[in-house]
Amino acid sequence: MQKFNYSIKEPEGLHARPAGLLVKCAQSCSSNVKVEVKGQTADAKRLFAVMGLGAAQNDQLTFTVEGSKESTECAKLKAFCEENL
Amino acid sequence: MERIHGTGASDGIAMGRVVLWHGCQANIEKYTIKDVPKEFERLQKAQDDAVDVLNEIYLKSLKRVGKKDSMIFQIHMMMIQDEDYSQAIRNRIKENKVNAEYAVWETGQEFAARFAKMDSEYMRGRKTDIIDISDRLVKCLNPEYGSGKVVVNEPSILAADDLTPSETMQLDKSKIIAIVMRKGFRTSHSAILSRTMGIPSVVGLGDDFDGVKDGMAAVVDGTAGEVILEPDEAEQGKCQQALEASRRKQQELKSFLGAQIKTKSGRIVAVNANIGHPEDAETALKNGADGIGLFRSEFLYMGRDSLPTEDEQFEAYKSVLEKMGNKPVIVRTFDIGADKQIPYLHLPKEANPALGYRAIRICLDRKDLFRAQLRALVRASAFGNLKIMFPMIISVEEVREAKQMLQETKSELESEKISFAHDIKVGIMIETPSSVVLSDELAKECDFFSIGTNDLTQYTLAADRLNDKIAKIYDQSNPAVLKMIELTAKNAHKAGISVGICGESAADPKLAEFYLKTGIDELSVAPPSVLGLKKTLKQACEKSAAV
Repeated sequence: MQKFNYSIKEPEGLHARPAGLLVKCAQSCSSNVKVEVKGQTADAKRLFAVMGLGAAQNDQLTFTVEGSKESTECAKLKAFCEENL
Repeated sequence: MERIHGTGASDGIAMGRVVLWHGCQANIEKYTIKDVPKEFERLQKAQDDAVDVLNEIYLKSLKRVGKKDSMIFQIHMMMIQDEDYSQAIRNRIKENKVNAEYAVWETGQEFAARFAKMDSEYMRGRKTDIIDISDRLVKCLNPEYGSGKVVVNEPSILAADDLTPSETMQLDKSKIIAIVMRKGFRTSHSAILSRTMGIPSVVGLGDDFDGVKDGMAAVVDGTAGEVILEPDEAEQGKCQQALEASRRKQQELKSFLGAQIKTKSGRIVAVNANIGHPEDAETALKNGADGIGLFRSEFLYMGRDSLPTEDEQFEAYKSVLEKMGNKPVIVRTFDIGADKQIPYLHLPKEANPALGYRAIRICLDRKDLFRAQLRALVRASAFGNLKIMFPMIISVEEVREAKQMLQETKSELESEKISFAHDIKVGIMIETPSSVVLSDELAKECDFFSIGTNDLTQYTLAADRLNDKIAKIYDQSNPAVLKMIELTAKNAHKAGISVGICGESAADPKLAEFYLKTGIDELSVAPPSVLGLKKTLKQACEKSAAV
């Protein structure tokens, strides 16, 4: 299991477009990807669940990646966050 | 004839007949089913079909408005296929033994209600997206529930309670000349899309929308946020003129993009744009503005339920400054009160709001609000050429107090190690007779003046600018008003500071020569007026040898 934290820079937070991009990226992973913010956890492959977190700018996201390719996929998700959120 | 007001969501003016669109959330028939797997199959097929249709819309939209604004349709595809959403629909089918259409409709309502409760206005707006995808699924299940396409046969004004993004995107631009809506904010997707498509639009009409009837004639002024129902001949004439004039002008004016106004004596007169929202900066640039002469920051406080946070404001100012590059951006600190009320501030009703608790008077009284705005502004100053302007000044003390607070804000940010521009220019609005009379004193306190002729006219002539009965008395080129401008300009120049005009009359071609003679350094007008004013000024410069 791998974990990393990321704090959101996007001014509108994890709104529809970035949430959609994130879910797309998570769906391309074979690992289980969970994202947690303010004590709430969501499956990162599910759009409504991710949008429902209502994560705002400066909120800290904690990603948990679990699976056979977890280390490469964790790095991929991290790079995605840096670039898009 | 009746005038109703909402939020101007997309600029421009249009006149025509209203087509009332009822949307497609018609009554969904509910019936009991026996064969659950068959219903699941129907649902799956409808989901596949809906994704195909959306993909087509996406590709079409990509060509029309580009990738960023089309992304919403990809999101819709993902929403339709979302596991939680699908599961919720299947559960309803299985447990309640209801038809797929009804299960979809109910699930859509449930998810929409969940979003409607969220904190951010942006997320609340996503409610419409969920209704949109649910409608689409229902239609795929049973085409009798409507085509989902707004069908309009002749160029018309589309009136609807609310429009979903896909309804907006499917509009035939050659047939829809304007959009008016009961609901919606400037940040609704349909508002964003109508701006991108250049269709004038007024949203958030609220109960006033009840007066809008199918087939009615109307004038839609998206710039002013006004709709005139059953306009009389005079209004129709006005609108016709405005339309024709704007069409002709647009063509001729293209040649003035990038033009600089220089008088014979070598003085440069800047032609800037007035804006109310960060995204207007693009329109200003497209229209060849030399800078932003007036960013009405109070608009950031309007059309919402709570105060914008310091960070929200910072992002708004930053985005304008970045877009404008090294061009100057004058932000007026919030001018709330009088005709610009903010419901959530719960300011008491006043007998004379124009003479009451407003603008700098609120700033200096509600220091918490003012401080948040100043912090956001100073932080944003690191990203461009920011100038700060205080509204409704009547005394030297007010300027000193406001400047003192600005200084405190800077020290505070300095101690927090936040970078900002150290040479932010500070100016004031000259819009009260007292500020004109004191302009020699006030000039020593600031770096620039900007004359707000709308209020200056109202206060100088003791004529309410919102009172139709005295519209003739309220004359921005009344000699008394012009003398006020002359005196202000003289005192500004004596102190070596610049003076601009940012009221409606800045765009008045009849006054162009007067402004040049008076030595006005900057004129700020609505973005669509910039090029026209440049043309007028250029001609005036050539004609008159004296300037």
